[in-house]
Amino acid sequence: MGAGHAHKLYLHGHSPVHALPPHCKLAAVFCFVLVVVSTPREAMWAFALYAVLLAAVARAGRVPYGHLLKRMLVEVPFVAFALLMPFVARGPYVEVQGMSLSSSGLWGAWNILAKGTLGVAASVLLASTTELRELLLGLQRLRLPPLLVQIASFMIRYGDVIADEMRRMRIARLSRGFSARGVRQWGVLAKSAGALFIRSYERGERVHLAMVSRGYTGTMPVIDDVNATRAQWTGAAALPLAALVVCLMGWAL
Amino acid sequence: MHVPDGFINAPVSVAAGAVAAGAVAVSLRGARRELGGVAALGSRRGQGDGVGGERTAPLAGLVAAFIFAVQMLNFPVAAGTSGHLLGGALAAILVGPYTGVLCVSVVLLMQGVLFADGGLTALGVNILVMGVVTVLVAYGILRALLRVLPNGRGSVTGASFAAALVSVPASAIAFTGLYAVGGTADVELGKVFAAMTGVHVLIGIGEALITAATVGAVIAVRPDLVYGAREFAARPLEVRTTRVAAPGDGTVPRPAGSPAGAATGSPDGSAAAPVGETAAASAASVRPDGRSASPARTNRGLWLGGMAATVICAGVVSFYASGSPDGLEKVAADNGIDKKAEDHAAKDSPLADYGVGGITDPRLSGGLAGVIGAGATLAAGSSVFFAVRRRREANAPQAAGTPSGASGAGGPSGQEAV
Repeated sequence: MGAGHAHKLYLHGHSPVHALPPHCKLAAVFCFVLVVVSTPREAMWAFALYAVLLAAVARAGRVPYGHLLKRMLVEVPFVAFALLMPFVARGPYVEVQGMSLSSSGLWGAWNILAKGTLGVAASVLLASTTELRELLLGLQRLRLPPLLVQIASFMIRYGDVIADEMRRMRIARLSRGFSARGVRQWGVLAKSAGALFIRSYERGERVHLAMVSRGYTGTMPVIDDVNATRAQWTGAAALPLAALVVCLMGWAL
Repeated sequence: MHVPDGFINAPVSVAAGAVAAGAVAVSLRGARRELGGVAALGSRRGQGDGVGGERTAPLAGLVAAFIFAVQMLNFPVAAGTSGHLLGGALAAILVGPYTGVLCVSVVLLMQGVLFADGGLTALGVNILVMGVVTVLVAYGILRALLRVLPNGRGSVTGASFAAALVSVPASAIAFTGLYAVGGTADVELGKVFAAMTGVHVLIGIGEALITAATVGAVIAVRPDLVYGAREFAARPLEVRTTRVAAPGDGTVPRPAGSPAGAATGSPDGSAAAPVGETAAASAASVRPDGRSASPARTNRGLWLGGMAATVICAGVVSFYASGSPDGLEKVAADNGIDKKAEDHAAKDSPLADYGVGGITDPRLSGGLAGVIGAGATLAAGSSVFFAVRRRREANAPQAAGTPSGASGAGGPSGQEAV
């Protein structure tokens, strides 16, 4: 808790993007990704325009491009998969530097790479400019079932606690001379996982009792209800609307 | 691995999202009951469905946090590579199918929104494939196996192994199905199926080992926390009562008054009925299953034998089955009827012509297809059977509710006869 109460994914700042109500941002990102996914893959320039749009949002939110790119590394496994695709897809084949690659596979790889990367970038931007608690409030405003939002907020709140518990167990294992080298050590690790489950569940029971004793009846009171003004909605809608224009142009051309 | 944006086209993603939303809505309702039911097993007085409401959020949230954390636990395989648990089967076994679906869905939602792991539009696909399919398959197999296996911790561990082992390739197959409908890449379906299934069978073995060991560790300490095996591992509290009058004429059985009697109650009722009349004091929500009584045991042998025979027939004997066309096909070919017969609509399906696509060895392919086909048939048949029986049970709840004879805990076992 020494590092403040914001999550490490969040980039503190005061920008127009930070100031937007969370549910507007969530809706905007979701619509944007949906538009990107339904763009025809042959319109390569459209994807470039989408990238420019996202870069403009990052600029407005004062998110450094380096931060954005570092967080996008999560995508790497799928890049590998996409690069494999020209070799396994069926043909007509084209010659590229002595290798015979499937042209439909190349298109498929491009499709996944472009759309996946844009989706990841949009979510990274959302997480960097919105606080976790706000994000959960936004989900609730978007009519997600309150129970689901509560579960998610408990998960977020206690995720670090449970992860810390796991880290302490690891240190305990290490200090007793345990080192995991292969399958033979799985028994010990699985026992740790079992113990972790019991501790998590019992912590849940204690949390529940503590909350009930403070008057919890199954619903959380909404203290700060965020309402979006028309101007804020318009600001948030700028991104998906611009994307929609690009998408329509992509279909028309 | 999470499906990113753009892998499945927009209409199928939206449809999968709708199905996933429905599944989550159903789970929200069911989780209330599951987590409330655990309360009734514990020390609190069981009040049925009403209790669960306010327990759901903290407990499901903490379980979701556990799944999130346990996915970060690295299991070294060899030479620097390591894998981690996917957790769907584990969640299903430990906290039940509804809560399991809910927890995995919440984890996926948070991973998608916060960590950009898995696309936002592919969220429905991810929840459907990794949450719903994995959890349902794992839980179904666990329960089916526990019905046939003898009671005991070993069986629960073994059943968890099988459940996790099958659940991972099953989710791969479900993904292939979605890909067949709305995949954007132009890769042959057979290749996708073979690659996905092949890789996920390997992953499934690791998942199964870890899941079984974890469930074993939990069941050794807190057997009441393993939801999937709650009637088998946790012993319901039995209060021995002396018989005051013949049951059924309105007199209430009186507790014997010795607290020690509760502790020494026969563990699973398999032994001869205790001297006094026993009344299962477990709360109303814990349905006395009576599965350990003798008729069930003989059926279990039959079940085991039958399943073994089926697997052997389908997997091994079919190697040697005749490769020539069967009677009807032969007649059709002789008479030229089949000129007009079009190929079956499912001829491109991975299991067409009783072989598994992508596997070249005809014997292996045929045998595998046989086992899968027999398993699917068995699953479909049993689900119809269980549905019918559940309805029949629901029609006569009163008969099961009142202890009709002096057999006590073993009483309801009479209708267990299969």
